[in-house]
Amino acid sequence: MSSALTPNQAIPIKSAEMPNVGLRRMITDHVMTGLSVFAMLLVLAPLVAIFGYLVYKGIGSISWDFLTQTPKPVGEIGGGMANAIEGSAVILGLASLLGVPVGIGAGVYLAEYGRGGYLGSVVRFVSDVLNGVPSIVIGIVAYSLVVLKQKHFSALAGGVALAIMMIPTITRTTEEMLLLVPTQIREAAYGLGVSQWRTTLSITLRTALPGVITGVMLAFARVAGETAPLLFTAFGNQFWNFNLNQPTAALPLQIFAYAISPFDEWHKQAWAGALVLIVMIVVAVSAVRLAVSRGNLGGAH
Amino acid sequence: MGVSIQVQNLNAWFGKKQALFDITMTAQANHCTALIGPSGCGKSTFVRCINRMHETIPDAKAAGSVKIGDVDAYNGTSATQLRRRVGMVFQKPNPFPTMSVYDNVAAGLKLNGFSSNHKQMDEIVERSLKNSALWDEVKDDLKKKSGASLSGGQQQRLCIARALAVEPEVVLMDEPCSALDPISTGKIEDLIFQLKQNYTILIVTHNMQQAARVAEYTGFFLLGKLIEFDKTTKIFTTPSDKRTEDYITGRFG
Amino acid sequence: MADPAPNMSGINIDMSNARPQLAPSLERRPSPLAQSRDARWPDQLFRYVMWACAMSVLIILALIVYELVLNSRLSWNAFGFKFFSGQDWDPVQDHYGALPFIYGTLVSSLLALVIAVPLAVGTAVFLTEMCPTWLRGPLSFFTELLAAIPSVIYGLWAIFILVPILRNYVQPWLAKWMGWTTLFEGPPFGIGMLAAGVILAIMILPVISSITREVMRVVPSHQREGVLALGATRWEMIRVGVLRNARTGIVGGIILGLGRALGETMAVTMVIGNRPEIAKSLFAPGYSMASVIANEFSEATGDLYLSALVEIGLALFFVTIIVNALARLLVWSVTKGQPARGNV
Repeated sequence: MSSALTPNQAIPIKSAEMPNVGLRRMITDHVMTGLSVFAMLLVLAPLVAIFGYLVYKGIGSISWDFLTQTPKPVGEIGGGMANAIEGSAVILGLASLLGVPVGIGAGVYLAEYGRGGYLGSVVRFVSDVLNGVPSIVIGIVAYSLVVLKQKHFSALAGGVALAIMMIPTITRTTEEMLLLVPTQIREAAYGLGVSQWRTTLSITLRTALPGVITGVMLAFARVAGETAPLLFTAFGNQFWNFNLNQPTAALPLQIFAYAISPFDEWHKQAWAGALVLIVMIVVAVSAVRLAVSRGNLGGAH
Repeated sequence: MGVSIQVQNLNAWFGKKQALFDITMTAQANHCTALIGPSGCGKSTFVRCINRMHETIPDAKAAGSVKIGDVDAYNGTSATQLRRRVGMVFQKPNPFPTMSVYDNVAAGLKLNGFSSNHKQMDEIVERSLKNSALWDEVKDDLKKKSGASLSGGQQQRLCIARALAVEPEVVLMDEPCSALDPISTGKIEDLIFQLKQNYTILIVTHNMQQAARVAEYTGFFLLGKLIEFDKTTKIFTTPSDKRTEDYITGRFG
Repeated sequence: MADPAPNMSGINIDMSNARPQLAPSLERRPSPLAQSRDARWPDQLFRYVMWACAMSVLIILALIVYELVLNSRLSWNAFGFKFFSGQDWDPVQDHYGALPFIYGTLVSSLLALVIAVPLAVGTAVFLTEMCPTWLRGPLSFFTELLAAIPSVIYGLWAIFILVPILRNYVQPWLAKWMGWTTLFEGPPFGIGMLAAGVILAIMILPVISSITREVMRVVPSHQREGVLALGATRWEMIRVGVLRNARTGIVGGIILGLGRALGETMAVTMVIGNRPEIAKSLFAPGYSMASVIANEFSEATGDLYLSALVEIGLALFFVTIIVNALARLLVWSVTKGQPARGNV
């Protein structure tokens, strides 16, 4: 009695063992195996290449100056992307402030109040639809919502654009994580006479918290690298800026501007900026993976 | 002292499907009443109607009269207020996984806005754990040990302590021992035996021996109806209804 | 006292009090919660706030549609349907036709699919059916890592690494051996439609691959076993037992990849050449819908110019919505509603 065949246990059949399998079929089998392996290698190649070049080209240009100075005027050597790093932090902070509570709230609604209803299904569907909207389109919307009204570019507009992008992702992951909390846990609280809002916050959400935070970090990592929605909202800035109502530099914007410029010095800095950006994102994504694989779902076993 | 539970003409539905048909019975104060019957006969649903947990299921309805002591459970009080007077222990032990033993026991009070100083809370937690015969096993690291790290029997006693901490008058138990080993089961049955001196206990069980061991009164449910309700001794020796007789002699169920 | 010997149930009823005294004699105290007030309003307020958050998701969608339609009004009134068939994009004369961009978006996306689909399915097949278990984790992690790289970094790499390779090696080779197809004519700039297609292919690979893996995983093992039992080789088992069953889902994954490619902005902008012309050769520079918005929006002078760009954005919005909705429908029908993690 064979045990259930897991996908990986398919054993290549040698033609000596199965003399009925024609040569042509055997060759096809080997060729397809080879092609699949080749496909895998071909996919890994750009990945290795991208990371490799990032490190290779970027590491030389990362210096203390790079991390602390603002860009120098065209043609001059030196300068850095410090203001872009700060600007990104400001815009991402604002986006999180706007997007995280709303996303979690919507997720709570879907999991706790919207289970069977019509509204729940609609919100779920719209969330998924919103996840597929191109980020440049979101940029246009943020432009007309904020920039047109204020008559100037601003960090606020950039934050709004990124918040709009974070909300659907956070909503769905929060809902997923809350649904993993077993009903018995909620019932234990109700049985003690705890009100629904208190149960949802102090018991259900608290139990699911590590998973919810994972979802938030994933959304954060995704928007941290976004350039398109910032092109005509935050717009960019050569200098330091802490005013939410002014155009602000951002790391991805700066990388883009430098990459398409004709200056070698700026190209080098673009690589350095890219390295900083990717390190930040990889750290976030890896931390998430680690937390999830450790089964750190809030002890909701 | 406990209070009695008086149920009259209780009907319950899951959506369109009716699960309970005109149940009328009284569980006496400071006694233990057992509910027996085959799977799916409605005993759990009945018990969950007593503390209005039935309503937490979407599309579920209940109609009829349930009185806990003098208070009408459905019209005389809100569901949350009611549940603070009626404790519940569930089939599968469900301590709060993110909380320590101490916090689990205190949860019913803290989450309901009961504020107190440390000493008072310590005392309440200790009392409740002693009353559920768990104190000796956990007293050394109350605040560090997670509720979920205890054994099955210990977890269930923790749940009992948690339920007792809010000082309910009635304790409902929905097959509390079905997930436990015989030794833990024995311990909990001994506990029930003592608890009934001060609380009114209603216990659902599919284990007839258990009913015989702990309850003075027993009700037999079948297909959503209460077939017979009487002293335990009578039910198990000379039942009035043939269906009861068939069930207890093992002809079905 | 002990129970009389014969009884119906054979159950021993022993109600004697000879039991261990487990709990100290307990008197019930009055409930500490007896004084607690029980207001309805916190529950209602909480539910309302959560509802408002959920509604804001709907409001966001409504706002997107509203703002796009509102701001493209001018252009729509000026050009009507001719907007989408006109080839002339002339900011100086204030005359706008979006066909070059539609062409550019479609061609670059289709090219990306042609390159990415075999690779993605091949990787998925490898990872699910052939890869040794210990290698599977790290390899799938790396594939997912590809999805986490921001578009601008892909673009940066494409400009400085990919384009020179295309210009110096790939394009001459293609011109020499495949020039007869008339798809590979003209000077090999490196920059152009081909570069855009290649970088897009790399970017949509993880999505298609991860969904393909997901739907392959869901195929029950008895399907595989059944085919093997008939004497099939491994490849035949995969083709007949797995891929055929997962077909719908894989198509869904491919369409999802298409959706991604259609909306991709930065990497394409950096290598497509930014010339609003329709050319047959893949070596020629082109322009995509997302790219023209990215390049020209912040400098658009004049209301009609801006409105034309917004109208392109509106068209892009509708196309990607439809494509994504279709894709999800297909994938859900196979995985029964578990959201495939093709987003990250």
